[in-house]
Order: sequence, then C-alpha cells, then structure tokens
Amino acid sequence: MQADHSAALQAVVRAAIADKTPLRIIGGNSKQFYGRMTTGTPLPVAEHRGIVHYEPSELIITARAGTPLAEIEAALAAHNQMLPFEPPHFGPTATLGGTIACGISGPRRPYTGAVRDFVLGVRLINGRGELVKFGGEVMKNVAGFDVSRLMTGALGTLGPLLEVSLKVLPRPQHEITLTFTCTARQALARIRDWSAQPVPLSGACHDGTRLYVRLSGSSSGVTACQRKIGGDALPDDNQFWHKLREHQHDFFRDDGLLWRLSVPPAAPLLNLPGQSYLDWGGALRWLKNPLPADVIRASAAKLGGHATLFRGGERTGSMFHPLPPALLALHKRLKSSFDPHGIFNPGQLYPEF
Amino acid sequence: MEQKPPAHTTEKQALLAALHAILPDASLLVHEEDLRPYESDGLTAYRALPGVVCLPDTLEQVQQILRLCHQMHCPVVARGAGTGLSGGALPLENGVLLSLAKFTCILDMDPDNRTARVQCGVRNLAISEAAAAHGLYYAPDPSSQIACTIGGNVAENAGGVHCLKYGLTVHNVLGLKLVTMEGDLLELGGKTLDAPGYDLLALLHGSEGLLGVIVEVTVKLLPRPERTQVALAAFDDVASAAEAVAAIIGAGIIPAGLEMMDNLALCAAEDYAHAGYPVDAAAILLCELDGADEEVSDLIMQVRTLLLANGATEVRTALDDAERRKMWAGRKAAFPAVGRLAPDYYCMDGTIPRRRLSEALAGIAALSQHYNLRVANVFHAGDGNLHPLILYDANSPGELQRTEEMGGKILELCIAVGGTITGEHGVGVEKLDQMCVQFGTAELDQFHDLKHTFDPKELLNPGKAVPTLQRCAEFGAMHVHHGKLAFPELERF
Repeated sequence: MQADHSAALQAVVRAAIADKTPLRIIGGNSKQFYGRMTTGTPLPVAEHRGIVHYEPSELIITARAGTPLAEIEAALAAHNQMLPFEPPHFGPTATLGGTIACGISGPRRPYTGAVRDFVLGVRLINGRGELVKFGGEVMKNVAGFDVSRLMTGALGTLGPLLEVSLKVLPRPQHEITLTFTCTARQALARIRDWSAQPVPLSGACHDGTRLYVRLSGSSSGVTACQRKIGGDALPDDNQFWHKLREHQHDFFRDDGLLWRLSVPPAAPLLNLPGQSYLDWGGALRWLKNPLPADVIRASAAKLGGHATLFRGGERTGSMFHPLPPALLALHKRLKSSFDPHGIFNPGQLYPEF
Repeated sequence: MEQKPPAHTTEKQALLAALHAILPDASLLVHEEDLRPYESDGLTAYRALPGVVCLPDTLEQVQQILRLCHQMHCPVVARGAGTGLSGGALPLENGVLLSLAKFTCILDMDPDNRTARVQCGVRNLAISEAAAAHGLYYAPDPSSQIACTIGGNVAENAGGVHCLKYGLTVHNVLGLKLVTMEGDLLELGGKTLDAPGYDLLALLHGSEGLLGVIVEVTVKLLPRPERTQVALAAFDDVASAAEAVAAIIGAGIIPAGLEMMDNLALCAAEDYAHAGYPVDAAAILLCELDGADEEVSDLIMQVRTLLLANGATEVRTALDDAERRKMWAGRKAAFPAVGRLAPDYYCMDGTIPRRRLSEALAGIAALSQHYNLRVANVFHAGDGNLHPLILYDANSPGELQRTEEMGGKILELCIAVGGTITGEHGVGVEKLDQMCVQFGTAELDQFHDLKHTFDPKELLNPGKAVPTLQRCAEFGAMHVHHGKLAFPELERF
C-alpha cells in the first residue's frame, strides 16, 4: 500500500507551530509504553506509508515512516535479506518510523550493529514546518552533520520522521543455536572467551539457568565452530530468538517494573535482588526489581553503564538515565535548534525538554 | 605571492601572553619557520600560515586554551596528523592551530570487553598493533593508517577498504571525550553499546572539528579472523566488473573488501608495487573474504564462479599470505602510484549508487576529455565510494584551476546520479560549493543551528564543512542547476 501524506502532515505541523500546541507523534502505537508519558494533540503518521525504493543488490531500502515493519521485513525476506538490528515489534502495528524513533535493537545487536548503525538517510518535518532531508541512499556519506543517525532513539522529539533509508544485509546462509546449562557467571565467562576468538556469534543470552548461543555463517563454518564449542543444538531456534526479541519469554510476562541496564559486556553480575536476564552477550541486563530508581541507576553507573525503566511505573519521572548538567544543557539547546517552539513530543525523553 | 601573517596587533600580543601563561615556551610556536610545517594538511593545494601553534601536553591545557580563545574570540583549528584530504585542518592566519600530536597514550586495553581507550593522537595502526597481543584488532583501516590519528578518524568518520563488512569509524567507536569551545569536558558513551539521550556520539563522527575537540576515544576491538583470502579478477570492460560486484552481493556474500581499479590506476599501481596485476585489463576487482577456515573455502569458490559468470577473463586467488599482501600492496599504494604519472594529482571522493557506476564513469571520461586532464579511478566498489584521481601539473598556468573546476563537476555528477559529494574525506574547504548543490537552504540552516548548539560564537574550525548561505548564493549565481536557480530567495551580489 502506497500513500504520500507528507503535505498533509506538514500542514498539521504548521498549524501546531502557529498555535504553539504540542503534538504527540503516533506511528503504530505498539511502543506507546516507552519513554515518559506525554500529552499533546495526536499526530498520526501511520497512513504515510509504503516502500519507496528497494534495491537488493545495493543493500538499501527506503520507506515512508508509517510503513509497517512487517511489510518491510516481508519485502526483504523475499530477497533473502533482513534488517540486521533485529528490531522488536512489540505488536503487529509497529512502523518503521517508530522503530527508528525508539531506537531499540534486538539480540543480534552486539554482532551486527544497532538501529543507528544502519540508518543512512531521513526526511523529516522540522520545528519550522519545513520538509528537510539528510543523508541519502549510499553507505558512505560524510557531507554535512549526521542528522540521520541523531534521529535514532530521539523519540520524535526532534521532529516527525517522514522517510527513512536503511542499509540491509543478506540473511546468514546458515544459523544454529547451541545451549549450555550453566550459571549466569559461567555464561559471562564463556561468552567473554568466545568473543575474543573468531567465533561467528550472532546472539548470546542467559535466562537464569541456560546459556543460548546463536552462530551464523556458511554451513561449513557454523558446523566447524559447533564442533569446537560444543553444547546442545536447540530445535526451533528461530522461535526462541523471536520470543526473546518480542519479550514473550516467561521472564518478561509480568506487569511489574522492567529495568534495562546497558553495561560493559564483561561487567560482573549486578549485586541486586530480583530476577535478571542477560542478553547482548552480557552487555544488556534485564532486571525485574521494585527497588528505588536511584539504587538501580547507581548500580549500573558503578559498572560503567546506565539504566532505563523500560516498562511499568507511573512514567512521570525519569525513565532514562539522568544526564550530567553540561550534557543536559547541550540536549536542551539541540532540541530547540530542531524544534524552537517545543512542539514535538515535549518531555517524552527527559522532563526538561 | 604568499601572504605574510598579519603584524602583531595588540590583541595578538595579549593572546600570546595569555597562552604563555598556560604553555611552556617549547609548546608554543610563533616563528614563521616553525609555523610553516602546519600550513596545510593532506590537501596541499590550500595553504595558510597559522597565527600561532599550540602543542599542549595535558587535557587541562587543552581546556585552558579553548577557554581562553573563547573569551578572546579567537578561532581555533584542531589538528591531528594532518593527513586529511579536504583541507579540514587548514589553519587560520588569525587563529590558533591546536595540535594534538602529543596525546599519544593508549590509556586502557581491555581484552575482556574488547575495547581500547586511547588518547586522540594515537595512530590508527598503533591501536591494532597494541591489541595484537590479545588476538584483537581495530577494524577501520583508511589508507593513511600508518600516520593518521584516531581523533582525526572520528572527526572525518574515516572509512577504508574493509568498511563494507566492518563499517566506518562511527560503527567502531563506543565512547568519546571532547572539549567544547567553552573549555568544558564532555563524555559520550563508554564501554557500553549505547548511551542515554541523543546519539551525540554519532553526531560527532564526521563533524570535522566544528563541534568540539576530541581528546579521547574508546574503540571496539574485534578478534582476528581465522583466515583471510583474496581473489583478483580481470575484466575487459568496467561495466562487467560492476555487474560482478552486484552479483556477489546479490548472492548474499559480504566480502571484507571489494575494490576496483581502472586500467590507468592498475597500471600505475603495477609499475609502483609490482603486485602482479594484469596490465591489459580494463579493470580489476580485488575481493577479500575472511572468517572461519571452512567458510572462507566455501565462499572463495562461490565468488570465483560468480566472477567468471559475470565476464571475468581471469580469476586468481592468493596462494599464501605473502601473495595476498602483494595483491593488496598495489591497491594500498594506488594514490602515490598514480602520483608518479603526473607532477600533481587531485583526489576526489564521491559516493554513488553502485548500479550507476558505468554512467558515472562515462561522465567522468567525458569530463576528462573536455578539460583535457587524465583521470585514474580507484573505487571502493562494495560501498559505491569512488576516488577519481585527476592528474595535473600545478606549474602549468591555469591547470590547477581547471582541475578544481573539473573536480567540482565530478562531484555534481555524483549528486545527479543519486550519490553524495564525499564518502570519507570530508567537505573541509574544498567541497563547500558542492554542499550548496547537495543541500537546500533549510538543511544548511539546520547545520548552522547545530553548530551554534555546540559553538555559539563560531570559533571552532570556522568556515569549513558547511557553507554560508551567502556563499551558496554567489555560487548559485554562477551555476544554474537543472535550469533552476539555487537559493532564489537570496540577494545576488
């Protein structure tokens, strides 16, 4: 389905600028739980949709922001390609724009890259109501500041995305998942050892009792590595990683607070009560814990990382790790350079802007 | 005639006195003979003598210098190894040249997290050398990697021959420390895979020293691949070579490197490096594969079949590591090799959608004929990054000017086929006019606003990377693009 609604969206933005009315940008509403609660007139972008350009041999796809993520993935799969950052959908309505704005990457992230690593270009509406375009459809491009990647994870606070160009990759020729029964501490040690060797890792997580390791590459390469590292092959492994990506494993089926701690991969285990789940080869620690935010953030910071309240709670305080004063001031200036009237999703990222 | 630096004004004397309070005498260069080595970077066609050169040893000194210059409204140009190819480190006669050459310490090598934290003046190759003890390396390898520094790599978002598979600098850096024009030290990222807030880490990459002075970098290290193999294929025409590249990637193979050279470039490289290139070929492809031993064996067979099916007249694979290195030696030496064909050469850096390669090369050939200047083409074929090298003689009257004009036309051609004016060398001072072609007023305005976010007084590397709207108006008056006048809303002079 193809529909270019950029002119209509621009008109809404211009009216909001004239009225100084904040807007709440909505894609598929699948990640509405993420970030701080905001008010504002809804700006739905889901109807602005369609793949504009897909060139499999150039590894490039351009689509409108409202295009369902599932539609993009299906188009890529038809050419045996994929979005390398394995983005979670968190619902059937997830859009490309929301995926980029939230900037959440899946289990493959440490090995192939994050959302931002694959963003090549964007079109957006800025806070002056202008349609602007940055980057492009080529893999190497250093003309002008890299505004495209800056949009990743900005939660729409710098302007609604209209169109995104991404680098894509071929699907691995072969994948296998090996499991090992071991403690989290042993899992971290094993991942550390394998990561320092030429092992074709593409996923590594620990659910509390078992380590799951995904290998990707040619059939012969993967088989050779399996012989080297051992473990039990997991049947139906695609389903396993899909469920992890979508937070459908039992660990995530819970209405309590879910914390996401991003730490150096070899950092020791958190000395905190509550259940945890390791992903990203140890660099991501999911934690279910009702302790005060300050305590959790201090623990993450002590390990050289940061903590996000990913799901749950009132969503009126800080969901993301507080910024040091100089960085916060810079963020505020950056926000107003794109959005001088403060109309795009104000307060969704941080209370101050 | 070269311009003499302006006479010591009261302001300059006050600045020097204040700098003397921060730096020891040996770290402050003021005499013309000491300033001369800093007059240009790798783009030697542009030269200017800096007002003063500062060579700080400590972070505190960098902060003090910037704080002082901020107070005194003195512009500052940061410089690493000076290997840049777009004039990004071209000094200002009324400004401070801040050399970061003394920041050469590797601060932390962390094999468990596979990171290295290094000062900005550490050379690209030195990181891999230090990591080798742990079986690790730093992936981006720009051709200047022996000399170029990691701080400069970040400022330019440097690439290299392996970025198709391993990414650019931005994909391989986890954290930065930078000093703002006001002298504040900011820390972005660290050893984690992401950081809270806006992705300023990405924004700083390729910002060409306009937003802050990068003083420390935390890079990601990778394990050395088990095996590396390279295939060399010869083609009778460039179009077939381009189709072979599309076929390899279309088959789901991402080579570690995929490089193309046209006949003029490969003959020059062969003469220079004796790499064993077939000098009668119209183009050659170098395709490097790495990974597990078995995987490389499989892939090299697949690649060989694809190359032959797409018109390769000959495919050779390196028998051993020595032969592989020899095959690469020619490619890595392509620029200096081409440099021997003429007194001077001018290196361009556009990126194009790969499927438009034949068209772009035909356009370049037509320009070459029109301007009567020879062009050798070296191409990062996997990612579409084209380096046409224009051969000229600076001592021949008007030839540099013709070369620059032709270079500008090549860049505009890259834009016309859907590409960009710079893939990895940066805009610097040389591509400012073409920025006016690639971007409109709203985008350029946004770039200026972004610059002011970090540096409201426009003191950090001013005049580089982003053209003023006035400059674009003047350029637009000379170049009517597609029958449409660029920047019609601005006055003409």
